[in-house]
Amino acid sequence: MRQAIPGQRDSRRYRSRLLQPEAERHADTHPLTWRLRDDGEAVWLDDYLRKDGYQSVRKALDDGDPQAVIASMKAANVRGRGGGGFSTGLKWSLTLQGGEMPRGYLVCNADEMEPGTFKDRLLMEQQPHLLIEGMILGAYANNSCYGYIFLRGEYVESARVLNLALDEAREAGWLGADINGSGFDFDIAVHTGAGRYICGEETALINSLEGKRANPRAKPPFPGQSGAWGKPSVVNNVETLCNVPAVILNGADWYQTLSGGRTDDGGTKLYGISGPVENPGLWELPMGTTGAEILERAGGMCGNRQLKAWLPGGASTGFLLPEHLQLPLDFDTVGKEGSRLGTGLLTVVPDHQSMVALMRNLEEFFARESCGWCTPCRDGLPWVVKLLQALEWGEGEEGDIELLDKLAADCGPGLTFCAHAPGAAMPLQTALKHFRHEFEQGVRKPGSKAHQDPIPVGEV
Amino acid sequence: MATTPQTTGLIGSDGFHLHPADEAAMLEEMAHYEQPQAACIEALKIVQRRHGWVPDEAIVAIARVLGIGPAAVEGVATFYSLIFRQPVGRHVVLVCDSSSCFLTGFDELKRALVSQLGIDYGQTTDDDRFTLLPVCCLGACDGAPALMIDADTYGPVSAGDLPDLLEGYP
Ligand SMILES: Cc1cc2nc3c(=O)[nH]c(=O)nc-3n(C[C@H](O)[C@H](O)[C@H](O)COP(=O)(O)O)c2cc1C
Ligand code: SF4
Ligand code: FES
Repeated sequence: MRQAIPGQRDSRRYRSRLLQPEAERHADTHPLTWRLRDDGEAVWLDDYLRKDGYQSVRKALDDGDPQAVIASMKAANVRGRGGGGFSTGLKWSLTLQGGEMPRGYLVCNADEMEPGTFKDRLLMEQQPHLLIEGMILGAYANNSCYGYIFLRGEYVESARVLNLALDEAREAGWLGADINGSGFDFDIAVHTGAGRYICGEETALINSLEGKRANPRAKPPFPGQSGAWGKPSVVNNVETLCNVPAVILNGADWYQTLSGGRTDDGGTKLYGISGPVENPGLWELPMGTTGAEILERAGGMCGNRQLKAWLPGGASTGFLLPEHLQLPLDFDTVGKEGSRLGTGLLTVVPDHQSMVALMRNLEEFFARESCGWCTPCRDGLPWVVKLLQALEWGEGEEGDIELLDKLAADCGPGLTFCAHAPGAAMPLQTALKHFRHEFEQGVRKPGSKAHQDPIPVGEV
Repeated sequence: MATTPQTTGLIGSDGFHLHPADEAAMLEEMAHYEQPQAACIEALKIVQRRHGWVPDEAIVAIARVLGIGPAAVEGVATFYSLIFRQPVGRHVVLVCDSSSCFLTGFDELKRALVSQLGIDYGQTTDDDRFTLLPVCCLGACDGAPALMIDADTYGPVSAGDLPDLLEGYP
């Protein structure tokens, strides 16, 4: 693409950043970020090697036991950071390998498109070698012959940094044939996408990787049984893979202690926050840190706004209330409150924000990004948008809210081909539960005058 | 991995010329995958980088290089939002309309874009300079509201920043 002429607008250029200075980050407490530089430049190979880089690969290959890598991941209980929270060790133990089974693929899900999420970008732009190191370990454990980083097309800077880092790693013998003299072969290519949120769903991602439309596939078979080109394939999120090297180097017990007893889940998490807060940003914190601490690190709400509600981990998670700020943000605790940890990046809603308008915005996203395969999602979500638009304009009809309840229920877990529709239903159902009166206010009272303008039936 | 076939030098119908360098780039991409079809999205992007968009004739030409049917290529081309099947301006403005931007001033930014460019979503300015499109969360929510112009991401962007930003894209 064309380059801009440099000038004043460089000050408006977006740069991914971590809001913790180097002095606060240490190898034994911040496995994901301790190597990051205060100047925000990428950690290239020399620097990375000086900071223990690729030591976990050396260790695992010297040990020569791929099953031991899986056992460590299981014992550490590393849970998927792409939003689902599935145990990575368990997933890896189910990948078909051995006997007649051909070697498969390791796919890094770098499609980061969940509204409110900006964590994988930081890891890729500033520390590409940690991801590569994690992928080598993943490939070794799962007997993958080749790896793909499925990167969303808009992440131009991530692509540039990753490709340079892959060249460095290849040249230094960390990728390619006979890695570090171990006899293990593995290489990685960056595959860039061309838009569409649904590509992040792991089976849609595999279709997209194969050069097809990104409709999800039926499960089973799971990717670990039959994925890309019918071969056993492992799909993991960027942050998940970045957790692997430290687990292998320092052990599962150490990993468990990182969360300091806040939760049964071990490790740290890249938590973040956005919306109208004073300092939106990202921090690496113990798993199970509370929403209150994250909001405090962000300097609280902008101006003298109050917090009305928040999403704990992206648009497809359920709304929580200010009273939930004291909860440890881990997969199980947030799940028990009728929401999901999701990606762990909070979105805050200020007191003056109409929940009806915000829901309309969220559902426009889900309706537009539906892949169109199943009816409740393809036809139900645009209908939800129209109902919300009407309520937003004070043009709702009696029964509209009940209809929203029904359309959301039709999108519930297990009723559609993939988790996109349940993701659209969860924020709607929780908004209707906590803020029903706001939706009711949008219903036209008998005898009241109709709105002058027609209901906008926007493109969805 | 697929073996790398020789350049075909094929010319699409209606005189559309696949640039030899582009065809070579497609063949190189194909080598990264077990099946040539996997290079389809990249092939579309290669054409788009040169022409700004993907004309019908390019679909046929790509299909020949990949050795698959034009319908498969067209199916892919119409699925993905960053593949343009109509001409676009010299610069594409992608404005994020997702939740964090919505909560931090997207409406105002969008209004300012519409009034300063004189176009709405999907339209191109009369001088063929800009096309305006919405995009999902750009993963720049700590810099919301955010937008992209071509390959450059900006945020936070206020309505007042726009004249200066747009000026950089003649
Ligand atoms: C609609 C939809 C979009 C998704 N988008 C992403 C994504 O952008 N990145 C990601 O890592 N996982 C995404 N996921 C989750 C993946 O399907 C999958 O669970 C994940 O990549 C597994 O990796 P993990 O276990 O390491 O989290 C998405 C799921 C759905 C249903
Ligand atoms: S739930 Fe929606 S996105 Fe998922 S397969 Fe069905 S139509 Fe496609
Ligand atoms: S919501 Fe706009 S960049 Fe994330």
